[in-house]
Amino acid sequence: MKNNRLILNQTQIDLTIQRLCYQLIENHDFFQNSVILGLQPRGVFVAERIVAQLKTIFPEINIPYGTLDATFFRDDFRRRSNPLIPNKTKIEFIIENKKVILIDDVLYTGRTIRAGLDAMLAYGRPDLVELLVLIDRRYSRHLPIEPNYVGVTVDSVTSERVEVNWENAEGKNQVILKANTKI
Amino acid sequence: MESLSTKHLLGIKQLNPNDINLIFETADNFKEVINRPIKKVPSLRDITIANLFFENSTRTKLSFELAEKRLSADVINFSASASSVTKGETLIDTVNNILAMKVDMVVMRHPNPGAGIFLSKHINANIINAGDGAHEHPTQALLDAYSIREKLGGVNGKNILIVGDILHSRVALSNIYCLQKLGAKVKVCGPPTLIPKYIKSLGVDVSYKLDEALAWCDIAMMLRIQLERQNGGEFDVKYFPTLREYSNMYGLNMQRLNKLKKNIVIMHPGPINRGVEISSEVADSSNSIILNQVENGVAIRMAVLYLLASTPSFSN
Repeated sequence: MKNNRLILNQTQIDLTIQRLCYQLIENHDFFQNSVILGLQPRGVFVAERIVAQLKTIFPEINIPYGTLDATFFRDDFRRRSNPLIPNKTKIEFIIENKKVILIDDVLYTGRTIRAGLDAMLAYGRPDLVELLVLIDRRYSRHLPIEPNYVGVTVDSVTSERVEVNWENAEGKNQVILKANTKI
Repeated sequence: MESLSTKHLLGIKQLNPNDINLIFETADNFKEVINRPIKKVPSLRDITIANLFFENSTRTKLSFELAEKRLSADVINFSASASSVTKGETLIDTVNNILAMKVDMVVMRHPNPGAGIFLSKHINANIINAGDGAHEHPTQALLDAYSIREKLGGVNGKNILIVGDILHSRVALSNIYCLQKLGAKVKVCGPPTLIPKYIKSLGVDVSYKLDEALAWCDIAMMLRIQLERQNGGEFDVKYFPTLREYSNMYGLNMQRLNKLKKNIVIMHPGPINRGVEISSEVADSSNSIILNQVENGVAIRMAVLYLLASTPSFSN
């Protein structure tokens, strides 16, 4: 695996999350009318960190936070050899007339976000939806979807894979660009 | 990623414990979906499902139809009384005609045991057995086990008692398979005339005394006395002298429950004959999870439909 490239290390991830939080604050003031949704499965890791960081900046403010699973809204159902296994959706509030900050780890083709936008509507009609991603894989979109907040922009080819690792899942906070050995 | 080991749901006998657990985990997510403000997801929007009911059914049919609609499938309904079956058409012809209309999945209830298996060998659609004679009723057993898992945290190691007409009950047979595969101990109880002769070969215990059996169990599943099979039914056989006597010996009431020194969970697949196999007081008590069973029925059926429909259709 000599072709692997480290994109973000532990410190850089912390700084990026911090910067993203301040960017959110610029647009959402004190989050009176805003909610945060982490996209399952991996966007939740980023969203949890954003929520925790915002909590340290504004200890007295409780920002509504939920996890959204878009499996049942995906466009590749029945087009894969194995079933798409769903994850937990946990949203204990209505998003009607709210500003929604949708969070995912990697934005690639945009198809997951498309499904997420559809899945979200089961909880009401939001006033505004913004997209925050830790990694934006540029020039690889299949749909006209662009993020509002980006941690890092990465130029990559289709055969490569961006892997985001987290301390509580893989043991280490880091983002790596991997060359796919299968192709 | 996991997938079911089968293309059809014909009976619990053909499933392995991994399949059952996959269905349960998927149903957890659908249970969340059916409690949302908007209870519909588009997963099965390009799928057409035929509900073929060659035998009367109210709740199973409603539950399947609701599950299908919640998944955005197109649904066509067929019931034998209003169809060409009464004009002498065979099962395979009826179904082939329906499939010629490009149906992807078939949910079928039929009075003959093995009807689903027969069909699965002849047609190219996913078959879900919604009850075939006195053979199996897999989705009912899945929702029962799922309700136990929800109430008690798991099925493994639990003592489960099935009371009543075991002889005619497809729910009992499917439940025995399902609960045993999940590691529960199963006992059946009822009058000797309603207990099949070779039931012990399935590895279940038999008891003829309800009070003793209740003291043993964690969960009591009361079955419906099939009144249509009593008093001049199909073969005019009497399985017990009177309903009153049955109710005295095998009916579940508060006195019986109060005698136990523990709380047990009460289940019933419905429809209930109040005052026969279960008293109103017990059916409506806090120990009863009868209405949870109905709610879980929709989630389980959504999970089964979703997982069976997942096999790829666009690759070829």
